Amino acid sequence: MSGEQVPLDPSVAPLGTREFRDAGGLPAAAWRADQTEQTLVPTHCCFCGIQCGMYLRVDGRGKVFGVEPRNHDINRMRLCPKGINAYQQVNHPDRLTAPLLRRDRKQPFREVSWDEALEFTVEQINRIQREHGRDAFGMLGGASLFSEKTYLVGKFARVALKTRHVDYNGRLCMVSAAGANKLAFGIDRAANPFADILQTDCLLIVGANVGECFPVLTQYVWGARDRGATLIVVDPRQTAVARTADIHVALKSGTDSAFFNAVLHVIVEEGLTDEAFLAANTTGWAEVKAAVKEYPPSRAAEICGVPAEQVVEVARSFGRARRAMGWHARGIEHHTQGVENCLTVINLCTATGNLGRPGAGYGTLTGQGNGQGGREHGQKSDLLPGGRSINDPAHRRQIAAIWGIEESELPPAGTSMMEMVWQMQRQEIRGLIGVCNNPFVSLPNYAVVKDGYDKLEFHAQFDFFLSETAANAHVVFPVTTWAEDEGVMANAEARVVKHNKAQEPPEGVRTDTWVMCELARRLGAGSKFAFEGSRDVFDELRRASAGTVIDYYGITYDRLERTGGLVWPCPGLEHPGTPRLFEDGRSYHPDGKIHLQAVEWHPPADPYDDDFPMTLTTGRTVAHFLSGNQTRRLGALVEQTPRPWVEVHPSQGFRNGEPVRVVTRRGSAVLPALVTEAIRPDHVFVPYHWPYPVAANELTVDALDPRSKIPEYKVCAVRIERARAVDEVPAPPTPPGREAYPETQAPRTDPLPPTSSQGVGTGERG
Amino acid sequence: MLGRTIFIDPGRCIGCQACVSACRECDSHRGKSMIHLDYTDEGRTVASLPTVCMHCEDPVAPCAEVCPAEAILITADGVVHEADPTRCIGCANCVNACPFGVPKIDLAAKLQMKCNLCYDRTSYGLAPMCATVCPTGALFYGTAEELQAERPGVDVSTEFVFGATTVSTGVAMVVPPERQAPVPGGLLNVIEVNGRSTPGNG
Repeated sequence: MSGEQVPLDPSVAPLGTREFRDAGGLPAAAWRADQTEQTLVPTHCCFCGIQCGMYLRVDGRGKVFGVEPRNHDINRMRLCPKGINAYQQVNHPDRLTAPLLRRDRKQPFREVSWDEALEFTVEQINRIQREHGRDAFGMLGGASLFSEKTYLVGKFARVALKTRHVDYNGRLCMVSAAGANKLAFGIDRAANPFADILQTDCLLIVGANVGECFPVLTQYVWGARDRGATLIVVDPRQTAVARTADIHVALKSGTDSAFFNAVLHVIVEEGLTDEAFLAANTTGWAEVKAAVKEYPPSRAAEICGVPAEQVVEVARSFGRARRAMGWHARGIEHHTQGVENCLTVINLCTATGNLGRPGAGYGTLTGQGNGQGGREHGQKSDLLPGGRSINDPAHRRQIAAIWGIEESELPPAGTSMMEMVWQMQRQEIRGLIGVCNNPFVSLPNYAVVKDGYDKLEFHAQFDFFLSETAANAHVVFPVTTWAEDEGVMANAEARVVKHNKAQEPPEGVRTDTWVMCELARRLGAGSKFAFEGSRDVFDELRRASAGTVIDYYGITYDRLERTGGLVWPCPGLEHPGTPRLFEDGRSYHPDGKIHLQAVEWHPPADPYDDDFPMTLTTGRTVAHFLSGNQTRRLGALVEQTPRPWVEVHPSQGFRNGEPVRVVTRRGSAVLPALVTEAIRPDHVFVPYHWPYPVAANELTVDALDPRSKIPEYKVCAVRIERARAVDEVPAPPTPPGREAYPETQAPRTDPLPPTSSQGVGTGERG
Repeated sequence: MLGRTIFIDPGRCIGCQACVSACRECDSHRGKSMIHLDYTDEGRTVASLPTVCMHCEDPVAPCAEVCPAEAILITADGVVHEADPTRCIGCANCVNACPFGVPKIDLAAKLQMKCNLCYDRTSYGLAPMCATVCPTGALFYGTAEELQAERPGVDVSTEFVFGATTVSTGVAMVVPPERQAPVPGGLLNVIEVNGRSTPGNG
């Protein structure tokens, strides 16, 4: 024995331990079940838009060391594998604990003081803005931030940086649904709470891999099924929920609007519409009816590659149900007609009168924890707090007054995240601060993204692990995890929940709030950013949202702690919140009507030809989250799904595990084949959580929806070829002199695909 | 007869492996998961099946019956415990005897590992970790009445047929009504070597 002692602090993983693949705890052999002084801190998961409640276990020394299920009414103690392992991030050996700095990208990072990092950043902001104008410096936020921080991102960009160029990674996620909601309903959120799913007679799940991306929502889906509901799933792949659905429509990716127009065509033909509801509550029905007339089932069958009878079957199941619901996610939103796809689902629900009742309605599933809240309070290029428009003079005046600036000082609308990258390539944007995002993995067409970021003269990132994007920056600010600060998030129901602080951040780590306020102070805008912490910011956010559609005024930390969550709009301190919208049939447009929009299907942006005859679609797997910067470091999740793969149908002639080169017009990657009948023969699927050279987003196309500016991640033209060896999965980046926690990375070199899309079966593990 | 126990419903399983991760969090075997999660229709569908110890009642615990060290104990409440580490010799007899393929051997520790129904939690009235977190209710902990109240019309079985032997278990499986007890547990073929039967081993 070397005489090395296992550290006594069970929340810190000892370096060099073998057997144990969980970071953030003792090795199994040395675990002592004597955590008698532990406290349970009630909070929520940091990951997806369901926002499951959980307790973090905190030991006598004040360190997070475990998780305990919590009986919150969103999840009733249930957790998915990401949620169970989430706590291991908090005291993970890969955490950033000092600011990193380098003056140019050829140098390695060195650890510097906060003062030096902040001073260099301010110097660069001032220089770039002086030489190239204020708009030459941009800011990109994220939707995994607490709402307070998303509010600060927007305010910091417009008041401290005084730039028009601010956007956020929800641009890659929820904006198509947001656009459709605003157009049709004048309010941007799901219309019904999750609990309504239990009361529906027909549940339509469209482009949402509920079992893998929102596992805990499955309890509501199965609950509906237990009570006799018909389950319809529309997805090119057989997902875990599609497997046992009453109807699984495995349509071609990129044909959703043709399918739903045809479903509505049949509903009209068979007299299943709710004409009284339409007449009383909608505009545009005549145009929609005329548009869908051109989509008989035979046409949809041809476009979508499904039997015409299936269109009729879906129409009858949905149209005849007493109460029906439609829920969708990225599957129909990540398209150049993402907004229009969502509108066709809204048309279907509205035309059948399925709105505003228990079990009857419409919802969109947000991907990020604060996917809903992150888009509400002003980090989106065209929005101000309270969902106000930055193009509306009245809205501008209101916010300018709250922020204590002149309306004329408030910059105009900026551009979307992908467009900002193009502007970086053209050097219209020369400096950037990124907070809580990882575009090197999450944006489409990696070659373009890398080129854009490489052209930046100055780039700073905030993060708690060194992401692939941060590893390419000049300055990296080490910030807190969700367990080291308090704040609110709004889940997919627009239910605002409060996350509580479970431990002090490690030495050297600051909150994002502190960093933004400190930068603002050094930029000369300190008086506008005199916030002690989240609580102060939330109070300003409440005031800034008062009187808008997205009214948070009645939501306070105290009420959230007492109730377990409140759903906006919540205009008063006694107001109970609004879990279900449209109960009186009225929308949030000034005329109170639902504005139906006619939609014409068009083919995806990337054309098929002899070189690229097949369809590539991308998505998630259950063990990993978004760009994987968090989950690719957690041992149990790496063990469950060590690497990406390409899902191909047996008819393509590959053996399981064989290296397959996946080629698009943007790039190629060699991945092991997961040969399965659970995908359409003309499609391949690649999960997107991994970086170059095994990134799905080397392959995807940077074509945007003209309205929402969401990229078309879900469909592009592809061919597949035999290859010699699979591309290796790189280790997650770490600061110089440190290695990614080796015990968690052990399975990463596995060249084989997982057993199934959900991961490696326990019997197949080494 | 069935008290508070685990009910397994493969029809609800989404293969997410929350149970595998949750089992690892248990303080009595932290870092090691006892759950088996199999993708049973690999290459064709995304079907999946979680396996926990079935806590066999009749014949009582084949794993315990074959244990030469008498390390596997059964408490009065019918819970078949993991091998007592002060007695277990790591011989793997239990692995071979179990009709469900549940026990594993930790080769480094030379000890058996097996689900004990989260005895540390269940004896305090809490549900086992796996069934507490299971996002879908594929693993449910409670009584048959509680299960049926939540899922009207659900049928369960505790009888599994392996060749000529029927095993009845303390953990139940949700089954389609037409496939009620006994559940086929799989054919036990006569062992053949190079195409010849070997009656001595049968």
